Amino acid sequence: MKNPKEIFVNVKKCTGCKTCEIACAVEHSKAKNLYSAISELPTVKPRLSVEWHLSGKSIPVLCRQCDDAPCMHACITGAIRRDSRGVVVTDTDKCIGCWTCVMVCPFGVIGRHLQTHKAYRCDRCPDRDTPACVQACPTGALVFAQSDEYSRDKRLAFVSEIAEATKEKA
Amino acid sequence: MTGHDEFKARSLDTAVQETLKKAKEKGIETVWDRYEKMLPQCGFGDTGLCCRHCLQGPCRINPFGDEPKTGICGATADVMVARGIDRAIAAGTAAHSGHAKHLAHTMLKMTEGKAKDYTIKDADKLKAVAKRLGISIEGKSDMQLAKEVAETALGDFAEKHEGVYWATTVLNEGRKKVLSSLNAIPKGIDHEVSEIMHRTLYGVDADAVNLLLGGLRCGVADLAGCYMGTDLADILFGTPKPVITKANMGVLKADMVNIAAHGHNPVLSEMIVKMAEEMKDEAISAGAKGINIVGICCTGNELMERHGIPACTHSVSQEMALLTGALDAIVVDYQCIMPSLVTVAECMGSKVITTMDICKITGAEHVEFTEQEAGQKAKEVIKIAIETFKRRKSKAVDIPNVQSTVIAGFSVEAIVSALMNVNPNDPLKPLLDNIKNGNIRGVCLFAGCNNVKVPQDKNFLTIAKKLLKNNVLVLATGCGAGALMRHGFMDPANVEGLCGEGLKAVLTAIGQANNLGGPLPPVIHLGSCVDNSRAVALVVHISNYLGVDIDKLPVVASAAEAVSEKAVSIGVYAVAMGLPTHVGVMLPVLGSPTVTSILTDKIKGLTGGYFIVDLDPETSADKLLSAINERRKALGL
Repeated sequence: MKNPKEIFVNVKKCTGCKTCEIACAVEHSKAKNLYSAISELPTVKPRLSVEWHLSGKSIPVLCRQCDDAPCMHACITGAIRRDSRGVVVTDTDKCIGCWTCVMVCPFGVIGRHLQTHKAYRCDRCPDRDTPACVQACPTGALVFAQSDEYSRDKRLAFVSEIAEATKEKA
Repeated sequence: MTGHDEFKARSLDTAVQETLKKAKEKGIETVWDRYEKMLPQCGFGDTGLCCRHCLQGPCRINPFGDEPKTGICGATADVMVARGIDRAIAAGTAAHSGHAKHLAHTMLKMTEGKAKDYTIKDADKLKAVAKRLGISIEGKSDMQLAKEVAETALGDFAEKHEGVYWATTVLNEGRKKVLSSLNAIPKGIDHEVSEIMHRTLYGVDADAVNLLLGGLRCGVADLAGCYMGTDLADILFGTPKPVITKANMGVLKADMVNIAAHGHNPVLSEMIVKMAEEMKDEAISAGAKGINIVGICCTGNELMERHGIPACTHSVSQEMALLTGALDAIVVDYQCIMPSLVTVAECMGSKVITTMDICKITGAEHVEFTEQEAGQKAKEVIKIAIETFKRRKSKAVDIPNVQSTVIAGFSVEAIVSALMNVNPNDPLKPLLDNIKNGNIRGVCLFAGCNNVKVPQDKNFLTIAKKLLKNNVLVLATGCGAGALMRHGFMDPANVEGLCGEGLKAVLTAIGQANNLGGPLPPVIHLGSCVDNSRAVALVVHISNYLGVDIDKLPVVASAAEAVSEKAVSIGVYAVAMGLPTHVGVMLPVLGSPTVTSILTDKIKGLTGGYFIVDLDPETSADKLLSAINERRKALGL
C-alpha cells in the first residue's frame, strides 16, 4: 500500500504572512510567475487559506486528502477520484458545479470558481516534488512528510522536551 | 457577535455604532470590514522584519530565529527594524513640516501682496515669535516682520550651521544640552528627512544604535515642524482662546448645506469658513437654511480652536460622516484622508473634493487650491456643496442624535492668561503649588489617532478615566482630543463625575477666577496634531520656571490608538523631550530585541524619556501613573 506524503501544519510557527497563499496562486497560474499571474483570467486562486482566530493565532487550512474522502463519496457525477499519487482530484470536465463536495467537506477547503463554474482545491502540485506552499513558507510552518515520519518527529520533539524537563529537576 | 455587540466591538461612540448599523444594512464597506479582510496581517511587517529598501529584496527575516537570519545584503534584524522605524520618523517629519512650509509660503505670499485673502490676525504673537527667533522688531511694520519670519521659517528647512531655529529657540537649556550631547539638534528640517532616506538606503548605516540616534535627531526636526506650524497658524489665523462648541455627528443639520473640512492645514479650511458667510444667501436660495461647516480630524481641531466650528467625527470613523447622508461635500487637503471616502461618497450621492496638488484621489473632484485665489477657490468648493444639497434636500438623512458639549481652544497663551486671573504676578505659581501639594499628581498629554485595531476610543477613555480619578491633569490634541471630546471629557459638567477631588478643586478654582460659572473642562483641548508643540511649549515654560529639566517633571504622554507615521515622529520627540511615552498599539520593532530594549529602556539613560508599549489600556494607565509617581518621588514630592 502506498504511503504518500501529506502537508502538515505546525501551528506554532505560522506568522500569518500568507506567503503560502501567494505561492499557491502563482503555481496554479498559466505563467507561473507573480507579475503575470496577478492579471490572468480566469482569476488565479490559492487553494489553501490562512485563517485567523481571535486569539491571534493564524492557521493554514488545506485539503487533508482524506483516505475516506466524503467529497469523493458525495460527488454525483463521479468527477472526484484518487489519482496514482494518492491525491484526491476533481475532473473539471465532469464537474457540473453542484457544490455537493463543498457541502460535505469537513474543512471547508473546496472553492467555487465563479468564472469557470468549477470546484477547485489543493492538488498537491502535480508538477513539483515539494508543493509550492511548503516550499514558500518562510517559517517552516508547513511540512511535507509521510505521516509516520511526521509522527516520529513529533515523538522525538516530545521526548527531548521530557528529557530536558527531567534533567532540570534532577 | 450579533446585534449591537458587533458594532460596540468596533467603536465605543454610539453615533458611530448607529451609523455602522446603517452601513451594514446598505451593504457599504467600511474600514472595519476591510480590516477583517486583511487578517491575518503579515507577521514579517508586523515585527519590522520586512525590508523593501533595494531591488534585491523584498527580504524578511524569520522572527522565530531560524533562517533566514539576515537580509540578502546581510542586514541583521536589528538593522532592518531600526531602518524601518527611521523611515517612519522621516515620513512623519516630512508631513508635519510640509504643513508648516505651506503656512510659511502662504505668509510670504501675503507679505508680497500675492495672497490678498490672508491677513495677520495676531500681531502680538508675530512679535513674540520674531523676538524668540532673534529678529529685531524695532521700527518694522507687521508685514515686514511677517516677511522676515516667513523667510526665517523657510530657511529652517535647509542645512545650516546654526541649526534649526524652531528647535534651538524653543527648547530649555537643559534639553538643549542633552540633545546637543547626543548630536540630536537638527541642522535643517528637510536635511534631516533627506539624511534619514540616505542612511537607510541599501548599504549605508548598518548600526542600530547609530540609526536610532539619527532617528532621534529627525524626531527633534519634527518638533520644529510642528512648532512652526502652530506659530505661523496662530499669527495668520489667531491664537486660540477658549470657545464653547459641540462634537459628534449630531452637529450635522438636515436642512443646511453641510460641508466637512477634513485633513490638517488651516490654510484652506479657514477660507472655507470665511467664504461660507459670504455664500449664505446662495445656500438659502437653494432651499437651505444656511451653510454648516463641520470638522473632521485635525483641520477640524484647527477650526474648532479658533472659531468654535463643531467637530463631526474623527480619524477611523471618517466614513461615517458621509454615511449619514447629510454631508453635501467633504473638502480635504492632506494627511489621514482615507481614499475609501470616494466610494462611500458615491454610494451616498455626496462629493469628495481634493484641493492639493500632492493629494488627489481617483474619483474625487479636484479644485486646485492656490493662496493667490484662495477665496475664489473656497467659493468654488462651497458651490459644489450647494449643488449637491439641491439633489439631496428631498431625501431622508440619518443624523445620529448624539453630540457633546466641548470647551476647546486652550493655547499656552490662553492657559497662562486664565492662570493670571488666579495670580496676576506669578501665573504659573498656583498650578505648580497644586502639583507640589498633590492636588495635581502630574500631567498627561493624549495625542494621536484612532486605530481600527482598537475598539474606537476605548484606550483613550479607559486610560483618561483612570488618570483623571487619580488627579492627573489631562491635555489632549489631534484625534486623541477628538475621542475625548466626543465622550464628554471636554464638558465642564462632567468634572464632578470624572475627576478626583484634588483636580476637581483646581479646575473649579481656575474656572471661578475666570468667571466661567463652573470649572474648566476635565480634559484641556490644546488643538491639532501639530499643536503637540503647545504641550512642549507648556512643559518648557514650567521647566524654565522651576529650573528643573523636563525629564524630571511628572509629565507623561500617550498615543493610545496611534495610526500615522506622524504619531511615530511625535512619539520620538516626546521621548527626546524626556517624557515617558505610551503607545497603545504595536510598533513594528518586536523583530529586534535590541531596538525594542533601546526604545523602551536604554534611551532613558540618554534623554530621560522612553516608550511604554502596552496594548492593554488598564495596565497602560497603571504604568503611566507609576511613571508619574516615580518622578514625584525623585523630586521629593
